[in-house]
Amino acid sequence: MMPVLEVKDLSVSLHTPRGLVRLISQIDFSLNPGEKFGIVGESGCGKSLTALSIMSLLPANAIMSGEIWFQGKNIQNLTEKQLRRMRGNRISMIFQEPMSALNPVKTIGAQIAEGLLLHLRINKKEAEIRTKQLLDSVGLPVSRFSLNLFPHQLSGGQRQRVMIAIAIACQPDVLIADEPTTALDVTVQERILDLINEIVEDSRMSLLMISHDLGIIAQTTERMVVMYAGNIVESGTTVDVFQSMVHPYTYGLFSAIPKPNRHLHARERLYSIPGQVPEPDARPVGCNFADRCFQVEEICRITPPDMKIIHGQHKVACYRPISHK
Amino acid sequence: MLWLIHACGDSTMVKQLKEVLQDGLYNRKFIIGSSITLLFFAMALLSYTWTPHSVEEINIAVKLAKPSLEYWLGTDHFGRDIFSMLIFGARNSVIVAMVAIVIGMGVGVPLGLIAAAKKGWIDETIMRFNDFTFAFPALISAIMITAILGPGSVNSIIAIGIFNIPVFARITRGTALSLWKREFILAAKSAGKGSIQISLEHILPNASNILIVQATIQFALGILAEAGLSYLGLGTQPPAPSWGKMLNDAQTFIHFAPQLAIYPGLTIAITVLGLNLFGDGLRDVLDPKLRRSR
Repeated sequence: MMPVLEVKDLSVSLHTPRGLVRLISQIDFSLNPGEKFGIVGESGCGKSLTALSIMSLLPANAIMSGEIWFQGKNIQNLTEKQLRRMRGNRISMIFQEPMSALNPVKTIGAQIAEGLLLHLRINKKEAEIRTKQLLDSVGLPVSRFSLNLFPHQLSGGQRQRVMIAIAIACQPDVLIADEPTTALDVTVQERILDLINEIVEDSRMSLLMISHDLGIIAQTTERMVVMYAGNIVESGTTVDVFQSMVHPYTYGLFSAIPKPNRHLHARERLYSIPGQVPEPDARPVGCNFADRCFQVEEICRITPPDMKIIHGQHKVACYRPISHK
Repeated sequence: MLWLIHACGDSTMVKQLKEVLQDGLYNRKFIIGSSITLLFFAMALLSYTWTPHSVEEINIAVKLAKPSLEYWLGTDHFGRDIFSMLIFGARNSVIVAMVAIVIGMGVGVPLGLIAAAKKGWIDETIMRFNDFTFAFPALISAIMITAILGPGSVNSIIAIGIFNIPVFARITRGTALSLWKREFILAAKSAGKGSIQISLEHILPNASNILIVQATIQFALGILAEAGLSYLGLGTQPPAPSWGKMLNDAQTFIHFAPQLAIYPGLTIAITVLGLNLFGDGLRDVLDPKLRRSR
C-alpha cells in the first residue's frame, strides 16, 4: 500500500539573531491511508514544527530540507495555488487552543461554511445544509446550537468541536491534530478524543496525532514516534513502544507517569529525568540525550546514533537500547 | 432608552449592536460624546429642510443685532442670522470631514492591509511613501494642496482626505501585523485561504473597532482642518457659510461685537470635544477585553 503521506529526512532550521539554528533534523515517517499515527514528545521538541512543515506553513525565516510527499507529490514542487487547494481540503489541521484558533468576530456557522465554499463547488444554500450536518456530527446539534453563535458564547470543548467541524468539513485524507485537547479539562478531553477517533474511523481518514501526553497517544494511535530535542529517538507500533520501550528517554517518560495503584509513600518522589532539554542552539555533538542518560557511553558523546531496527517496525536511535530479554 | 434597544429584533447584527449600546449606557464619556455628536448631525440634517432665516439673506438694517426672538443669536455685519449660519456650517463641516474620511479610509485601509499581508519591499514602499506624506504637518500640506488646486470646498475635501490616508494606512498596518500573528490566522491559512482572502475575511473585521474609533478622531480633526482652511480663505467660499469663515469675518469686529467670534468658536470647540469623547467612549465600549472585565 502506498503511504498517503511520507516525510523523508526532514530538517528545519531557523534564522535567528544568533545565526542559523537547527530545530528538527532527520525526521522520517510515513502515514498509510486510514492509519492513526502519533508523535509524542515534550514541549519544544519540534512536534508542531513538523506539522507546520507538512502544511507548508513554516514561518518565513525557516529553512527546510528533506522531502515531504503527499499523495505521490512532493509538496515542495507545488505552487502556492496548489498548496492552498491542498490545505483544508486534502490535509487539515486541528489546533491546540480553541480559544485563539477561531476568529472572534465571525459566527461559527460562517467559519465552517467558509472552507466548504472555498474548496467544494457548492452554493450557499448547500453549504448551510452541510454546515448543519457537520455541527450535528461533532455533537453540536442545530436544535440547540445556532449557526449564528460567536466563539465567545461557547465553552472550550464546544469550540474545539467547532474546530473539528471546520477541519473535517471537506473530508480530508489526512487530519493533523496538534495537541487537540491540551487546553481542555480531562473529562472534556475524553469526549473530544472519542469524537476524533470516531470521525477518523468512519470516514477512513489518516490521523496524525501530536501530543505530549502518552495516554492520548496510546488511546488514539496504531503507530507512533517519540521525538526528543528535534530528533526521532524511537518509532514503532504503539503496542511495541508501550510494551517494550528501548530508548532510555522513552523509558524515562514512562517512568515519570504517576501510577495511582502503586502505594506511594509520602517521601517517595515521582521519577523525573535528570537535567534539562538542551536549547536548540546548544545541542551536544553526539546524542542529544547523552547528558541526561543513565547509561551513557563514550561513543554517545562523539557521534549521534542512527536509527536501527530492533525487530519488525520497531526502531531506535541508541547505541545501547534497553533490553527486555 | 433600554426599552428601545430591547424592542429591536434578534438577528446577530442587531444583537451585537444591542450589546454595544447597552455597554455604552454605562459609559459617561460615550453618553456625553454621542449626545453632542447626534446633536451636531441633527443640526447638519436640519439645514436641509429648515433654517430660521436664509443664510444668504442680507439685511443691512439689522446688522450686528443683539439676540432676540427674531434672531436667536443675533446677526452679523451683513445682517445675516448667526444661528442659521451655524446650522448651515454644520452641514458643511459634516460633508467635508465625512468625504475626507471616505477618501482616507478608501485608500489608506487597503494600503495598510496590503503592506501587512505582503511584507518585504511592497510594505517598505508603501510605508516609506506614507512617512513622506506624514512628514508634513497636516494643515501645512492641506494649505499646500489647496494652493496648488485652488481654494474651494471640493479641494479642501481632497486636501484633508489626502492627509487622512497615511493615518489610516499606518493604523491598519499596525493592527493587521499583530493580527497576522494570531493563531486563527494560521488556522485560516491551514484551511487553504490566500492572503487577500484572509485580509478581507479575517483581518479587516477584527480591525474594524480600531478603525471606527480612529475615524471619529479623524472626523474631529477634519472639522478643525476645514475650519482652519476656511478661516484662511482656502476652504468653503462665500456666500456658503462655514464656521471657519465666520471666525475670519468676526475678526474685524472682535472689539465691539465679540459674540460673532464666540459663537462659531464655541460651536467648533464643543463639536470637536463631543466627537473626541464619542471616539474615546466608543473605544472603551468596543474593546472586548474591557467589556469582559466589566
